[in-house]
Amino acid sequence: MFYLIQLLNGVQYGLLLFLLASGLTLIFGIMGVMNLAHGSFYMIGAYLAYWLVKITGGLWLAIPLGLAIALIIGLALEQTFFSRLYKRDHLYQVLLTFGLILIFEELRSILFGDDVHGVAVPALLDFSIPLTDTLSYPVYRLFLTGVCLMLAGAMVLVIRKTRLGMMIRAGSSNREMAASLGVNIPLLFALVFAFGTALAAFAGMVAAPISSVFPGMGNQILIICFVVVVIGGIGSIYGAMIASLAIGLADTLGKVLAPELSGIAIYLLMAVILLWRPQGLANKA
Amino acid sequence: MPNISLSRTALLSGVLLLAAFPLTGATFYIQLGAKIMIMAIFALSLDLLVGHTGLVSLGHAAYFGLAAYVLALISPKYEAASLWLTLPMAMIAAATAALIIGFLVLRTTGVYFIMVTLAFAQMLYAVFHDTKLGGGSDGIYIYVRPDATIAGIKPVDLENPVQFYYFVLVVMIAVYCLLSKALHAPFGRALAGIKINESRMRSLGYPVFTYKLGAFVFAGALAGIAGYLAASQFGFVNPEILAWHHSGTVLMMVILGGMGKLHGPLIGAFAYVLLQDFFSASSVFGAYAKHWQLAMGGLIVLIVLVLPHGLADLFERVAHLNERRDANLAGEE
Repeated sequence: MFYLIQLLNGVQYGLLLFLLASGLTLIFGIMGVMNLAHGSFYMIGAYLAYWLVKITGGLWLAIPLGLAIALIIGLALEQTFFSRLYKRDHLYQVLLTFGLILIFEELRSILFGDDVHGVAVPALLDFSIPLTDTLSYPVYRLFLTGVCLMLAGAMVLVIRKTRLGMMIRAGSSNREMAASLGVNIPLLFALVFAFGTALAAFAGMVAAPISSVFPGMGNQILIICFVVVVIGGIGSIYGAMIASLAIGLADTLGKVLAPELSGIAIYLLMAVILLWRPQGLANKA
Repeated sequence: MPNISLSRTALLSGVLLLAAFPLTGATFYIQLGAKIMIMAIFALSLDLLVGHTGLVSLGHAAYFGLAAYVLALISPKYEAASLWLTLPMAMIAAATAALIIGFLVLRTTGVYFIMVTLAFAQMLYAVFHDTKLGGGSDGIYIYVRPDATIAGIKPVDLENPVQFYYFVLVVMIAVYCLLSKALHAPFGRALAGIKINESRMRSLGYPVFTYKLGAFVFAGALAGIAGYLAASQFGFVNPEILAWHHSGTVLMMVILGGMGKLHGPLIGAFAYVLLQDFFSASSVFGAYAKHWQLAMGGLIVLIVLVLPHGLADLFERVAHLNERRDANLAGEE
């Protein structure tokens, strides 16, 4: 029973990682942009949730409002900074987004301080399912798993079945060709970027009641997302899915079985994948 | 190229300025100067990868931090460790880590390489942060600086701030000259070729992977020197010196100064640390001084957008303008 709980936690963490990593991998794959600030949107989402819950009184109103704000921030950043980086070397993308991280972190510090904050679980979901006499599982985590699964499913549907998805896939496999066939690349880029950042912010908002809201939370998860993207293969949604779940489970089980080594487990997994398939699980050499 | 003589004069006068600096400065500024030169060594080592080989490593702090930890771990608690024993050990540790990590990360290119270097550096961070090996997140103190006594003679007393300053200056110049020699040797020319066109170098028969790994290990060992010196100066190590924030900072120094030129990282390190000092001066910014990273972040964004080739390039262009103006004036006369 104990392991069932850990398994559920692992899947839930993995799906949360997927929300972040899918945006990251699409932004890499389609736009060719290395976005270190992706983790900052996770942090921004969590702080938006904290702030909006205080104002509106509940997560149900805070999430749509926060999503709207995150979309606007994403679009504004794409227009002002990222659109200038598409043709530049990765090095400059790294630096500019590194600069953005510093700015976001300090703004966070000025606006919200450096304390750890909590966000209340919505009353509707604030109970646990008893499993044995002593162990129980919080419903909010199950809800979170369900939402992430639905979003992942919706994303796969959009990418496989819709016109927008066709354009995204076309842009991902050959940007120039897609552009010359009449795909509006600047618009597509803006959409993908804003969508990716909103997804990251959403992940931050729904994770806030579980993980609490703290400084540096974005950077911590960003690096794990990098590991996910490296294992899955850049630009691949499926790879991101498999890798997210693998990392989620490895990290959660690692914390249970060997707490001292758990911080290292996921990197060792990455090292093995690098030796075996340097291009990632889902990409062909 | 008229620039060579120009930059050589500039370099020489820079060295003379640095050598004369302790005669005037207060202890605080002498220590600041030593700190800047240590960061300059670190930036020089990263530029070997970024500017000369085309490998954008975002995990270079790992080798710096590892060497610092080696000094902290092998120093006896209340006695001085021997410089001649611990410095090579720290460098070997950093180089070995770079060899193992390099073997893995050099299997990837481009964006993957950036992410993977970052991830492995973060792994080392996790090792020192989560386990008791290096005192966990609290770090370790080094109470006594290394002792430079060799064969009964003590050429330099590192406990003395001024002597420490000169020691760092000498090391920095040595690293600079070593890199300059290496870059003009066939090894460095091959790296330059790899940076410009890797597949062509491969088809010419160069063992590209071995060259890249060589550069990676060399850069790791040099970063180790900087880490060792930093640990001796501050007498303290904690996991933050391995963290990606530190890797990002040193990358910023390289770009700010101008990558691919040996004097670029030197200028970058000086400019960065001085700017950081300025932005965090509460006499200027008051209560906002503790949010100096905001200004630093803005500056980084600005540099990327308007000055991608760094200060060294800017200086050169200004010098060129002057030359041209002088030439025009001479022509008119």
